[in-house]
Amino acid sequence: MKSSALVFLAAFIALSASWGGFVLAPQLQLGRAAQVKTVPAQDNYPVARPGLAAQGAEVYRSLGCVYCHSQSVGQDGVNCEIVLTDAGTNGAATLAVLGKLNAALARADTLTGLPKVLMSVADMNAADPILKALGSAGAKAQVVVSALGPDIARGWGRRRSVAQDYLYDSPVQPGTRRVGPDLANVGVRQPDVNWQFRHLYAPTSLVPGSTMPPYPFLFAERKLKPGQPPSPNAIPLTAAGVFFDVSKDTGPADRELVPTDEARSLVAYLVSLRAEATLFESPFTAPAAPPPPATNAPAK
Amino acid sequence: MTAIPPTSPLPIDNSCRLPLFTLFGGAAVWLALSSGFGLIATLKFHAPAMFANCASLSYGRAFPAWSHLLVYGFCLPAGLGVGLWLLARLGRVELAQPWLIAVGAKLWHLGVLVGLIGILAGQSTGFEWFELPRAAAVILFLAFLLITMWGFVTYTRRTQASLYPSQWFVLAALLWFPWIFSTATLLLQIFPVRGLVQASVAWWFSGNLINVWLTLAGLASTFYVLPKLTGRPLQSHYLALFAFWTLMLFGTWTGIPAHAALPAWMPTLSGAARVLMLIPALTVGASVILTCRGVKTPCAGGPLCYTKFGAACLVLASVLLAISACPQVSRITDYTWFDHGQNTLRIYGFFAMTMFGAIYHIVPHLVGPDRVCPRWMRINFWFVMPGTLLLALPLVLGGVAQGLKLVDASVPFVAVAKSTLMALRISTLGETMLALGNLIFLFNIVGAIVSYYCSVGKAAYTEATALEPARVKA
Ligand code: HEC
Repeated sequence: MKSSALVFLAAFIALSASWGGFVLAPQLQLGRAAQVKTVPAQDNYPVARPGLAAQGAEVYRSLGCVYCHSQSVGQDGVNCEIVLTDAGTNGAATLAVLGKLNAALARADTLTGLPKVLMSVADMNAADPILKALGSAGAKAQVVVSALGPDIARGWGRRRSVAQDYLYDSPVQPGTRRVGPDLANVGVRQPDVNWQFRHLYAPTSLVPGSTMPPYPFLFAERKLKPGQPPSPNAIPLTAAGVFFDVSKDTGPADRELVPTDEARSLVAYLVSLRAEATLFESPFTAPAAPPPPATNAPAK
Repeated sequence: MTAIPPTSPLPIDNSCRLPLFTLFGGAAVWLALSSGFGLIATLKFHAPAMFANCASLSYGRAFPAWSHLLVYGFCLPAGLGVGLWLLARLGRVELAQPWLIAVGAKLWHLGVLVGLIGILAGQSTGFEWFELPRAAAVILFLAFLLITMWGFVTYTRRTQASLYPSQWFVLAALLWFPWIFSTATLLLQIFPVRGLVQASVAWWFSGNLINVWLTLAGLASTFYVLPKLTGRPLQSHYLALFAFWTLMLFGTWTGIPAHAALPAWMPTLSGAARVLMLIPALTVGASVILTCRGVKTPCAGGPLCYTKFGAACLVLASVLLAISACPQVSRITDYTWFDHGQNTLRIYGFFAMTMFGAIYHIVPHLVGPDRVCPRWMRINFWFVMPGTLLLALPLVLGGVAQGLKLVDASVPFVAVAKSTLMALRISTLGETMLALGNLIFLFNIVGAIVSYYCSVGKAAYTEATALEPARVKA
């Protein structure tokens, strides 16, 4: 009898420990999280998705997009650079400050061709005294923070995903497999709803070589009378079954694919996926928006 | 130390017959069906447009249907059936309330069916390994309680006081599942927690289900079947005890993936636990080797073969889990097919194989000898064994190759996706062999059950008709 009590006790202790660690502790640490302000813009973040997009999240869940797509950007640390934007009126004083930081910078041509990257530093804390010293010499500088890592380099986001990003999602869909690209910021990359509709209908027609399955059941086909204008957001097709395009020589539109309510809400959800607010816990300085890769297609 | 009871006491087997038929029969059906969905899912990588007009068969539904049927349809009932049998046999006591257990088993299968329909209709919860909608979860929970309750009663009525290692594993498994499952159901479905806490709960649940529950239930069988079939005592109870404690201690922390956007201590702790899971796995490996050392019993595709292969897969899967927990490796293997390969190795290679071995060992006790054809049992082995390897290993290796490309941002994404197709297509071959093997398993088990009831019916008929002439004479 003694040993069976021991078995139960052992199981009980082991399981309650991990329950405390992975169920209770995150609830205490994150469960009461609320909207925060972005830095420096002080906007509220996150905001609840608008109605249609919220319905789209349900379609995303119901169609199991999560088995191929993650929504979780990773980063391998940050790159902090000090950028001199204004040398001030007293060039000699600025150069003297710079010379203390790095002898190689104490040259007159450092002050020309601004803005200019002076140096990389470990983090914001290391940058502060330098900015102060430059400021006291009358010069102006700023810190540019950018995230590093393959996800960032792929253009999947400008910073890592943080718990705050998922605050209003239920169920959360961070995903564990990337058969397809990360979608945490797909609304930034592909804000064009018509692109999204066409992509869902026939991924390979937009992204040659795509392995994503098509979702034709999200569209209802409708015959077009000659000269009848297509419905809004519908995909016009020619008699040969290719996408009708006025600017190309595709022939006249013959029928159209009208997105169902499900498709409309799903696409509203997709374009609402933007997890790139600058937060205190995951800062970055937005450089003039980096050009997003247009498609995932291999470069020709 | 207790030895395994050498004889097969008839009343115990009689008491087990009905509930175990219900559990194993249903499990075999779900397993075969799950392979069907697995095939549909993997075929999407050959022809993405296949069944494109059918939402229920789209990848995002066929894949969870596969995993739902595999885990809730096959693994749990099979593990429960074997566990109940162990409790009865090792406790030398008849199973308590076999009828109610059978009702619980039916209820369980109903819950699985409701879950399957829900998933195919788009009602999945969106959490991996916990897709079943609320109604199904509640049914499964009640069914589990009903079955477990009589398992505990059987245990307390046992006539053999001292415990054999398998019993610890079964008892812990019976305690483990209701706890994790009720937590997941309550906190993900009934009173959902907010934000990323959901992910944490879901990962905690799936880690405990796949890495702990399946291992507990599987090892209960391994530690029973091996000594039984080799005729050598288990080497040793201390190793088994050590594996038991360390499995629970470390396994329960393994769920959180390295890339989780949760507070950093959580994935770090999980990573450490995944590495430490090597300890129980290697202990099991050592125990199996020591127990089987010098044994001349030919294994030839029989239960012994299944069980040994299962143990080897457990060790291999645990080594992979540990390797992929190192930050340098997880950076590459995270988000790739590697994890899925490791999981299939654990679920099919270790758990399902061990269960096949146990079921092929147990069922002849229930239906009488000669009703399970040894030849078909061997053929089954030669389908599922290579099938498992062909399914899991390409995913593991392909996952590494995929990861190396994924972390190199100069490789365009579509090129990464296309480069995995080869591995996926080989694994389709494995999935096909597994599907055939699982069909054979279904026929073997259902065939044995049907032929048992036929003979019972025939005997009853002859008995009934034999009375006629006597009555006429009188
Ligand atoms: C079998 C795996 C798979 C499934 C299931 C899947 N996708 Fe994809 N998806 C891909 C692949 C591979 C790509 C990359 C090629 C491309 O852009 O078409 C992709 C690309 C995308 C893109 C473009 C991303 C970008 O960076 O431009 C979007 C948007 C998308 N998928 C949405 C969805 C939605 C919504 C669903 C669910 C209805 C879904 N996907 C289901 C594999 C999948």
